[in-house]
Amino acid sequence: MYAVEAHDVVKTFGDVTALDGVSVSFEQGIVYGFLGPNGAGKTTLIRVLTTLLKPDSGTAVVAGIDAIHDPVAVRHKIGLAGQFAAVDGFLTGRENVEMVGRLYNLPRDEAAKRAEEVLERIHLIEAADRPVRTYSGGMKRRLDLAASIVGRPEVLFLDEPTTGVDPGSRLDLWDMIEELVEGGTTLLLTTQYLEEADRLADRIGVIDHGKLIDEGTPDELKDRLGGNVVEVHVAPDDRATAAGALTAVADGDLRTEGQSLLIPATQGALTLTAAVRALDDAGVTPQDIGLRRPTLDDVFLTLTGHKAEDEVRAPTAARRGGRSG
Amino acid sequence: MTVMAKPRRRVGFGAGVTHTTVITWRNVMRVLRLPQLLVFSTIQPVMFLLLFNYVFGGAISIGGQAAGAQGEYINWLIPGIIVQSTVFGATATALGLTEDLQAGVIDRFRSLPMARSAVLTGRTLADLVRNAFVTTLMLVVGFLMGWRFDQGFLKMALGVVIALLFGYAFSWLMATVGLLTKTPEAAQSASFLPIFPLVFASSVFVPTESMPGWLQAFANNQPISIIANTVRSLMVPKESLSFLGLDQGTLILQSFAWIAVIIIVFAPLAVRQYRRSVG
Repeated sequence: MYAVEAHDVVKTFGDVTALDGVSVSFEQGIVYGFLGPNGAGKTTLIRVLTTLLKPDSGTAVVAGIDAIHDPVAVRHKIGLAGQFAAVDGFLTGRENVEMVGRLYNLPRDEAAKRAEEVLERIHLIEAADRPVRTYSGGMKRRLDLAASIVGRPEVLFLDEPTTGVDPGSRLDLWDMIEELVEGGTTLLLTTQYLEEADRLADRIGVIDHGKLIDEGTPDELKDRLGGNVVEVHVAPDDRATAAGALTAVADGDLRTEGQSLLIPATQGALTLTAAVRALDDAGVTPQDIGLRRPTLDDVFLTLTGHKAEDEVRAPTAARRGGRSG
Repeated sequence: MTVMAKPRRRVGFGAGVTHTTVITWRNVMRVLRLPQLLVFSTIQPVMFLLLFNYVFGGAISIGGQAAGAQGEYINWLIPGIIVQSTVFGATATALGLTEDLQAGVIDRFRSLPMARSAVLTGRTLADLVRNAFVTTLMLVVGFLMGWRFDQGFLKMALGVVIALLFGYAFSWLMATVGLLTKTPEAAQSASFLPIFPLVFASSVFVPTESMPGWLQAFANNQPISIIANTVRSLMVPKESLSFLGLDQGTLILQSFAWIAVIIIVFAPLAVRQYRRSVG
């Protein structure tokens, strides 16, 4: 069965078209990632799928139930953690999770039992009886995650689960989310970070200007982008010589980006050493040379021909955390 | 797969009561556990009480019959000021809702299979609980300042209940304001805009006799004066009721009518706006 089946979803706010006919479907048991810059329509799409927002047109079926006409039934089957940790600072962690459990119509003792379970799972059990205002930002996000799974949802929605979180906490959250989905929870997450989508998602949908512009497994997307590149900076005088040397070793087209020369690194590190050798033979000393993974900018440049409007860069730790290749 | 024309599943009544209880508990905990909220929501009304009685009280002439207040301004003031404080207290409904909206808490609630009305009912009920606490405190302080009631405990209590119910009705109006304005700052300005003229151009603090005719016409007939007069008529000596020019029974009926009208108009408006503004 499909976890999510949306067809031609359109939503406008005044003059702004937030969703311009998005169709997306994926089966249960996988992690699906929506990747796109701020304002691309990711959050609007999540809001439609989680019954917070009625689209102008289109259909949305979540866990087999019509989300537009039968929202209450859908709410029994989903969990949502929004962009902000929607937890109450004046309650303890346990009270927060129990409250959400009670609102999922669990009896009091069952809500208490489940709260204990999920707090354990999310490694917050030691802090469970402290007021949440004493938690760090990362702990609040984890608690929010705990609250979103206390109802044992069939489909879990996480809207930018690590945006605004410090690098260390981001890695913790990634581990936590991976543990969660190992149990078979279907997860839909949105992110601005390619590394995050790459690490967590089985399938990625790239969304821009309210449209789904590409979709596939992380590997498929990266293949379409040509994988890693060797990026070379040289002095302006050496540019022509360097371009000639690189073209000779490149297994593809040379392209320029600002002051940089780029060739596809089809052989990975081998292409890099070949490039270094070729430049050396040509008598060019590069100012900088390195192997670079495609960035979100590359994705957008390749798929749309324009850059992601926002300055969307994964913080350093996110890069370190990302797997290469 | 098409799941068309399936009837909308609604949340059952029993579940709705549970949800409302849970949300009320959460909002009451918020006041109890954030000392600054408790302190500010109690200090300000008590300060008003002290200021009005000791600063203005001496200068305010309560008419020949001393407004049926046995010549003591405190006896005029207390019934009025508890109405004023429940109305001011109702603005907390607008503020609390906008804060929850901004924090994303409302989104969380809306994604849960809970009764739609529980968020608003739980909010207004929690504000009623807080108002009841503040009113009790004011009565105690008032008593220490010399306030006395003259028609027995039950009638006094009925007056307090009317003031609290009016504050509760006003909470629904304030819920509508909060959901329309969406931010705490805007909610604050927008809620005091109607409240100030209503509270001050009324019989809450002073008799309306000294006001210009056009203002008197407004002040005598607007709901806050009617509520204040009703509460007063249940506390001051019976023989001075003639000063109010109105019959106690009529006043009580008018009060309940206003409370009902405000709830009947604004509760559905707030619920509709809640569905929209978040949706």
